Amino acid sequence: MEVMLEIKDLTVEVEGKEIIRDLTLNIEQGEVHVLFGPNGCGKTTLLMTILGFPNYKVTRGSMTFKGVDIINLPTNECVKLGMGMSFQHPPEIRGVKLGDMVNIAQGRKEEKIDEDLIALAKRLNISVDFLNRDVNLGFSGGEVKRSEILQLLAQSPDFIMSDEPDSGVDVENIELIGRIMSELLDRNKRPSKRKKAGLIITHSGSIMRYLKADRAHVMLEGRIACSGMPDEITKNIMENGFEKCVELCKRSEGVGAE
Amino acid sequence: MNKEEIIERAGRAKTKKAVFGEDIAIEKYVTGGEHKPLNSLDEFPEEYQQDLLDAGIEPSEEDRSGSFLQQDGSVVFSTVKYSGLELMSTTDALKEHEWLKNYLWKAVPVDRDKYTANVELGLTQGYFIRSEAGKKVTMPVQSCLFISSDKIGQKVHNIIIAEEDSELHIITGCSVSHAVNSALHLGVSEFYVKKGAKITFTMIHNWSRGMEVRPRSAVMIEDDGTFISNYILMTPVKSLQMYPTAYCMGRNARATFQTIIYAHGNTKIDSGSRAVLRGEGSRSEIISRVIATDNARVIARSDVIGEAANAKGHIECRGLMLSDSAEVDSIPELKATRKDLDLSHEAAVGKVAEEEIQYLMARGLSEEEATSVIIRGFLNVDITGLPDALALETKRMFDMSLEKVM
Repeated sequence: MEVMLEIKDLTVEVEGKEIIRDLTLNIEQGEVHVLFGPNGCGKTTLLMTILGFPNYKVTRGSMTFKGVDIINLPTNECVKLGMGMSFQHPPEIRGVKLGDMVNIAQGRKEEKIDEDLIALAKRLNISVDFLNRDVNLGFSGGEVKRSEILQLLAQSPDFIMSDEPDSGVDVENIELIGRIMSELLDRNKRPSKRKKAGLIITHSGSIMRYLKADRAHVMLEGRIACSGMPDEITKNIMENGFEKCVELCKRSEGVGAE
Repeated sequence: MNKEEIIERAGRAKTKKAVFGEDIAIEKYVTGGEHKPLNSLDEFPEEYQQDLLDAGIEPSEEDRSGSFLQQDGSVVFSTVKYSGLELMSTTDALKEHEWLKNYLWKAVPVDRDKYTANVELGLTQGYFIRSEAGKKVTMPVQSCLFISSDKIGQKVHNIIIAEEDSELHIITGCSVSHAVNSALHLGVSEFYVKKGAKITFTMIHNWSRGMEVRPRSAVMIEDDGTFISNYILMTPVKSLQMYPTAYCMGRNARATFQTIIYAHGNTKIDSGSRAVLRGEGSRSEIISRVIATDNARVIARSDVIGEAANAKGHIECRGLMLSDSAEVDSIPELKATRKDLDLSHEAAVGKVAEEEIQYLMARGLSEEEATSVIIRGFLNVDITGLPDALALETKRMFDMSLEKVM
């Protein structure tokens, strides 16, 4: 398997404050990784850093995507390499319609909402009226999620980062979002045929059922504190909480070493 | 008021300074500029054709119910293709209709300031547009006031009347030849929207760096009448000051003002919209979008005065700053004189948000492309109340104007 994303000893500062410390993470083609961790542990910062947002300064370490050094690479260049992201709190842009965003994500100069676009939107239960609304302006929590996934669907990136695609979404829509994401991530293909990769932040884990992730990580205070099988990690967190989960992780590592 | 009285009042106000805007020395400019009439709009000299297009005027006259073109002081073209529609110079109309004098200076006082007074005293034409009772002229009328000579002072008086239950859509452009270094435009426009009638007025100002402009407009709206104004200014101008006012006199009268201004260079603009809600249940909406860059200075005013029961008015003005040497004053005002009404306003001035740029870049746009999308979006006001074809046409004109500045 080819390595898609390779991060080594990464340290990141935001406005002079160190948020991520010596983080190491490898994601191979065909893999989906899930990122857990309490609020403020640096999960979103990690995604923003990978995507080259300017306020996220890499002070140490290395980061490559498809073999290309992506430190200090502008966001749109990262997108050209094949990254895509669904945001947890995307900004409202007045006068720019969701339909415009979908056209932009598809890389089309087209301004109109045409049949293709409508067909794409339909897959996420998004109506033409909704495509004509200013993006994120007055969207409900669930609408934001569906709009983000629609834009990803239009973009169809090789590597998908998703920041809590499932928070605040009702059961019915979780299933819908889960199905589309799993399709986007080649989860319905045989493992050897999977070309896409993903890094998904989730709190509830409710999206996990559809994604069948390959690996899960728990982040604590800017570090990946433990990694393992998604099922085990989820179960551990649910039963014991983040800190305890990490403790158990370390203990089992210790046992393994002996 | 008879003619002598009007002239006397104008005479007394000849030097009366306006409340807003810097004082213009009208005497610097000359009247005149005589030109021969045209048989069709595409006879208009080649060198000016682009200036017409830029003001939203369609030289082929296709999809227009009538066309009017005034060059400096002469009406060079005026034609009507639709029965129930009248279009001619105000001077001719006053000869044709004895009753028209009763509409002069009824909405705009002749002695409001030196500019109105000078239009009366040194009039150089203007247009008269009228839709007959019950006639819905859905295809727009186009009119253009064009300045082609240097140092010209164009002083026009426009009268627009939509008789009862009629509908009138006007596209009007004020434009100036690229060869003109300095000129003055004084334009008085009086609109009369009768019972159940509707006027939409889409105006593109296509001025240049040496233009001084003082429009003076007012609208009288009767029961169930609707007036919608869309104003677009994207070219630089030396000095522009205006404060069109809609008087919602009748029950359920409605007035909407939408203003889009992209101010650049050393442009100085003082632009406002005012609605006076005097009829029961009357409503108004004032929307403005102002972008200021370079050294532009813009005062964006808006004012709703609620005087009647169940009146409703809303102001939404937004400014976007693209330069540290530009300046925007946003001044929304509300005045209520009784309890059973509802007036509100929201105003905001800001910059292009970094977060929005990042979001668009995450969808693949470069920083420059993202900024352009945000600016377009900012100015993109959904124009309601226009027939579909005209809405598309307006969108096209807007895109064209924007294309030039971006």
